[in-house]
Amino acid sequence: MATQTPETAGPARPAEKRTPQKEPKREGAIMNVFSQGFLWLWAVMIIVPMVWIVLTSFKSEREIASDPLGLPSVFRWENYVSAWNNAHIGQYFFNTLQVMVFSVTGTMLLGAMAAYVLARYQFPGNKLLYFGFASGMMFPVFLALFPLFKTLDNVGLLYTYPGLILVYIAYSLPFTVFFLTAFFRTLPSGVAEAALIDGAGHYRLFFRVMLPMAKPGLIAITIFNIIGQWNQFLLPLVLLNRDPDDAVISQGLANLALRQGYEGDPGALFAGTVLAMIPIFIAYVIFQRQIQAGLTAGAIK
Amino acid sequence: MRHGKYPFILSFLVLPVGLYAWLVILPFAQAFQISFTDWSGSTNQFDYIGFDNYINLFKDDRFVIPALQHTGIILVVLPIVTIAMGLFFAFMLNVGGRSRQGRIEGVRGAGFHKIVYFFPQVLSLSIIGILWKQVYAPPSFGGLFASGLQALGLPAPVNGFLAEKDLVLACVIGVLVWSSVGFYLVYFSSAMATIPRDFYEAGIIDGAGRFQLFFKITLPLLWESVQTAWIYLSIIALDVFVLIYVMTPDQGGPDGASEVVGGVIWKYAFKFADQAFASALGVVLFFAAMTLAVVTLRAGRREQIEF
Repeated sequence: MATQTPETAGPARPAEKRTPQKEPKREGAIMNVFSQGFLWLWAVMIIVPMVWIVLTSFKSEREIASDPLGLPSVFRWENYVSAWNNAHIGQYFFNTLQVMVFSVTGTMLLGAMAAYVLARYQFPGNKLLYFGFASGMMFPVFLALFPLFKTLDNVGLLYTYPGLILVYIAYSLPFTVFFLTAFFRTLPSGVAEAALIDGAGHYRLFFRVMLPMAKPGLIAITIFNIIGQWNQFLLPLVLLNRDPDDAVISQGLANLALRQGYEGDPGALFAGTVLAMIPIFIAYVIFQRQIQAGLTAGAIK
Repeated sequence: MRHGKYPFILSFLVLPVGLYAWLVILPFAQAFQISFTDWSGSTNQFDYIGFDNYINLFKDDRFVIPALQHTGIILVVLPIVTIAMGLFFAFMLNVGGRSRQGRIEGVRGAGFHKIVYFFPQVLSLSIIGILWKQVYAPPSFGGLFASGLQALGLPAPVNGFLAEKDLVLACVIGVLVWSSVGFYLVYFSSAMATIPRDFYEAGIIDGAGRFQLFFKITLPLLWESVQTAWIYLSIIALDVFVLIYVMTPDQGGPDGASEVVGGVIWKYAFKFADQAFASALGVVLFFAAMTLAVVTLRAGRREQIEF
């Protein structure tokens, strides 16, 4: 996108003399009703299934089938207790946190290091490395699944959290490097030169000057990675499927859903689903501006 | 930047590049190699058999052919519908309101709509899958749509929407659209915000209606964003798997009616133990993704309008 500031001068014309040929008021009013109608229709489409699943999560198994559209006769909080304990949602939460503390930190650290060097230092092979990282965004993960499985197996990291953490970091790097390289390039070079003249080394320059200056970009891409890794499903499905108790949250929920046919506790399944939605919902309401910026930022080159 | 430049560069690159080469580049390269063998994956024995796997791909009427067809359908429908809806809603939010003294305004409550529309984007696909599986469920399991239809006295599929061969793929695409529209709404909306209001007002003075404003001003100026969105959605379309895994019977059923390329690769690799065949299909997917990106960028290249 061209992002110059819009020309404010424009063709000179006094504001009060605007006389559009059509009647702007009526056309505008019809348009307004029309657009509000469609916008609300879609908003309802988003909200209704979510509210409905929350209501369903308080019902007994029989009630879910016999009265799907009504309110729950009593609010069965025991569904939530059962989801947390028997369906191990609590365990899955803890597992996911354990993985993500390391994988997100690692992604950001390694991603920022690589992006910084690629953005601000000239050296042979710079372009090639940048292209190597950036093209990784297009690779379909399916192709690498089995070799990846074997690679981890060979070094004893298959079915372990450290293995999954390393894979999360490696597969988050393309986008992180791509995005942060663009960001580091926009930072003014005057500050960096001044710091170098003052005798700061390259490391000091990076940690003390450049990283703090890149904060908005770092926050955006951290949010992106947190959401991406929290929702990751395919990688744990293949690389962490020996012990069901080890599952991360999205995998654990899916397993629970697939087991429904045999064990049949839909109330607990939906309670677990709602439980998994709650932290995301709270974070979303608080940080929605940053989240929207962070997730769409990647698409704006 | 003089002394100690190269040791510094090296020290910063060795970990990220090493990890990336080890866990991303190398496995992809190995997959290409495996696709030319007859390796099952469970033993250490294999022979190179040239392009046989690739030829056999197109003889597999049970999985691969339907999967290619279904992924092809998703590849066309998902970007078109999502981008059209995203643009439509973004235009409504930004320019769809009343005009006051000739000034075009967005609708009221635009902030609220953006928050609501975007929310599915942050939910994991397994949550979305569980949610919608129940929405589509048969009336005897309390599905929302089926029970709603029955309450209105209309017929509903007895086994639920996902058990209908003709409906299952459309149902999954519907969920994909449902979860992605918000993202593209916000994305297009922020791009539209950079279009100066003067342009619209000039258009109105010249007697243009909203539809003309959209097609003559908004769309040409957003062309680059539309192109980027197209690439993103194409990648999503090629990688569809989780919803199929969570929602559909037999992870691609009923009767293969919702098999997709990603799911078939996973099945051959981890259920049927035929790594070589799975890798060959993966290579096809790889080149499809690359071709799409190049074609979209080439075809969409237009003169850039600066303002």
